[in-house]
Amino acid sequence: MARMKFKGGIHPAYNKDYTSTLAITEMPPPAKVVIPMVQHIGAPCEPVVQVEKGTKVKVGQMLGDSGGFVSAPIHSSVSGNVTDIGLYNHPCGRKITAATIESDGLDEWDTFRKTARDYKKMTPETIRKAIRKSGLVGLGGATFPTHVKLAPPPDKSIDTVIINGAECEPYLTADHRIMLEHPGDVLTGLKIMIKALGAEKGIIGIEENKPDALRVMEKLCEDQENITVVPLETKYPQGAEKMLIYVTTRREVPSGGLPLDIGVVNHNVGTAVAITKAIAEGRPLIERVLTVTGPGVNTPANLLVRIGTLVSDVIDYCGGLKDETLKLLIGGPMMGLAQPNTDLPVIKGTSGILALTDQDVYLSESSPCIRCAKCVDACPVYLLPTSIAQSAEHNLFSRAEKLHALDCFECGCCSFVCPSKIPLTQLIRIAKAEIMNRKRK
Amino acid sequence: MIKVNKKLVVSSSPHIRSIESIQSIMGDVLIALLPAVIMAVFLFGYRALLTIIIAMGSAMLAEAIWLKKKDIFSDGSAAVTGLLLALTLPPAPPWWLVVVGSVAAIIIGKQVFGGIGYNIFNPALVGRAIIVVSWGSHMAGNIWSPPQLFNFSADVSAVTTATVLALPQEALAHSLGQLFIGNMAGCLGETSALALLLGGLWLYFKGHIDIRIPVCYLGMVFTLGVLFGGGTYHSPLFTGLFHLFSGGVMLGAIYMATDMVTTPVTPRGKVIFGIGCGLITMMIRFWGSLPEGVTFAILIMNAVTPIIDNYTTPQPFGRMSNSA
Repeated sequence: MARMKFKGGIHPAYNKDYTSTLAITEMPPPAKVVIPMVQHIGAPCEPVVQVEKGTKVKVGQMLGDSGGFVSAPIHSSVSGNVTDIGLYNHPCGRKITAATIESDGLDEWDTFRKTARDYKKMTPETIRKAIRKSGLVGLGGATFPTHVKLAPPPDKSIDTVIINGAECEPYLTADHRIMLEHPGDVLTGLKIMIKALGAEKGIIGIEENKPDALRVMEKLCEDQENITVVPLETKYPQGAEKMLIYVTTRREVPSGGLPLDIGVVNHNVGTAVAITKAIAEGRPLIERVLTVTGPGVNTPANLLVRIGTLVSDVIDYCGGLKDETLKLLIGGPMMGLAQPNTDLPVIKGTSGILALTDQDVYLSESSPCIRCAKCVDACPVYLLPTSIAQSAEHNLFSRAEKLHALDCFECGCCSFVCPSKIPLTQLIRIAKAEIMNRKRK
Repeated sequence: MIKVNKKLVVSSSPHIRSIESIQSIMGDVLIALLPAVIMAVFLFGYRALLTIIIAMGSAMLAEAIWLKKKDIFSDGSAAVTGLLLALTLPPAPPWWLVVVGSVAAIIIGKQVFGGIGYNIFNPALVGRAIIVVSWGSHMAGNIWSPPQLFNFSADVSAVTTATVLALPQEALAHSLGQLFIGNMAGCLGETSALALLLGGLWLYFKGHIDIRIPVCYLGMVFTLGVLFGGGTYHSPLFTGLFHLFSGGVMLGAIYMATDMVTTPVTPRGKVIFGIGCGLITMMIRFWGSLPEGVTFAILIMNAVTPIIDNYTTPQPFGRMSNSA
């Protein structure tokens, strides 16, 4: 099959050399963790009744849950005492209810480990239950609860499961290292998902700028009849759900729809590994691999970090920040969230901590649009970013809606290419929020 | 605790930007026009260089004065406008004509609309249109003598002929190769298709021009030339090529019809724009009272650009036919 490409996209400097050759190292459990009750898309968790100030908890003990279907429980990542339940900084920029736990240093695990099992003997239903119990969410950053994606409505049938190993965000290398170091777990995770969904085949998509990961996964999948490894063009946003599905299956996720509408489910490599652990060991999601990188970090690394570890502690572990650091991001440079300080926890969706030093992190003054259409050419979903942004600037939100503003998934390509340095993505975000507000009324 | 002395910058994603700016794009356009400038000086002598310098200088000065800016190059757009205007002028027009054209291009063509990004019409062509209509007699004469490497001593009044389009019988006197290289009478920058194509290719590889517009424009000119060009040459294909390589079509299609501000942003809009330019150009060439139609073809299509954009908004990803 000729290699498929999607239209649009950009070629930023990838800057993955900081960490792409560094093996994942485990950061020792910190003295204190802060575990927010919102670490996923969907209904927020409530602290479970048994957990209050002073409660002693163990590693893997459930701290919060919600009755909502689209939700995932939250577990303690250390053993120790709950010292506070209250509002705390969250990567999203707001303060969110979180449990603060002082570690007792014993790292005493809850009893879940006795529930180890073989997925081949499990039914789809028990697989989903186990995954929900483990609190799995999409680890690529979107944090959609995993069990929900494995439970399509009865009228939709899923034939293909795609593993997203594109990792198209510059700087980030966590998924790359996971594929190199835990390829077996990635494959097993994929097989578990295929079983849970009754799907026919699996696809693992990897950008060509990770030839070693491609080789490892290809070799591993050689004798797998229904699983193919697909090399992907190195282009941002190759790892965006719609783009990945399009280039690997030639199917377009309908506008406003979901991948399951076209028989596809798509998961990140980190999620696949977490699924393997959740099923084989019954292990809840209490840690994740993230990349600490960028010109502002003294010792960049790929780290296995307990959920709830403070970003300041992670950065300390990596030798601290350089003085010239001007911007601290949770996530990659294209879609990551800038933070005003380092006093916030690593959550399930934290794929990286990035410290930038360049002067261009400042918002430069923008010039008038010269209608060069570079944003139009770069938009992977064929929007007219300049026209939508202009509508937003003039409060013409119904025009923005007619220009399909809601189809934007905020990849940032338009802002990246704009020679006039207009904050197009931000303006489109404003338009989207306003359109949604009006819909709710 | 971490010592972060400076306040961290918080802003909306994305956090990295391409290094391209309006200034860098304009600089690239100037570089792309360098072959055409060199050819102009080579073919028409020092007067060509003088015309170019006067046009660029007065355009930049007009903009700097209007905007009360000390930085005369600024974003480079005035320099581009001045140069493009110069390339559409005869090699040795009176100096005041060049100044009037340049100032009109910048002030009436661009600044009265609100400056860069807001103008409806291609500024250089507005300048040219104004002087063609007002002082047409000064625009007709062209100096051309067979090139003697940088003929600084050429007698500028000795050899004057009109652009070959004005005199069809003249066309046969020029081989197609001559038309392609550009050693013939005509405006400064338009005679050498080769030089213009070189610069155009470079702009294309830099991603500054959308290939759709020049391809559709030139394709239309060629097709109409073949179909309705009459028997200037023994083969209609040659007639088509004659229409491509003569007059201002190359310059217009590659550098004016691709002007970012005044042309559609949608992919389909660019196709319509190119075809429209080609159609109007050939209508003027065949039936108009002017020998050449590029200027007004592009200006007319500039005027309908907002409408074209409105009707050609692309369907977003996932709204096309689904192959599920």
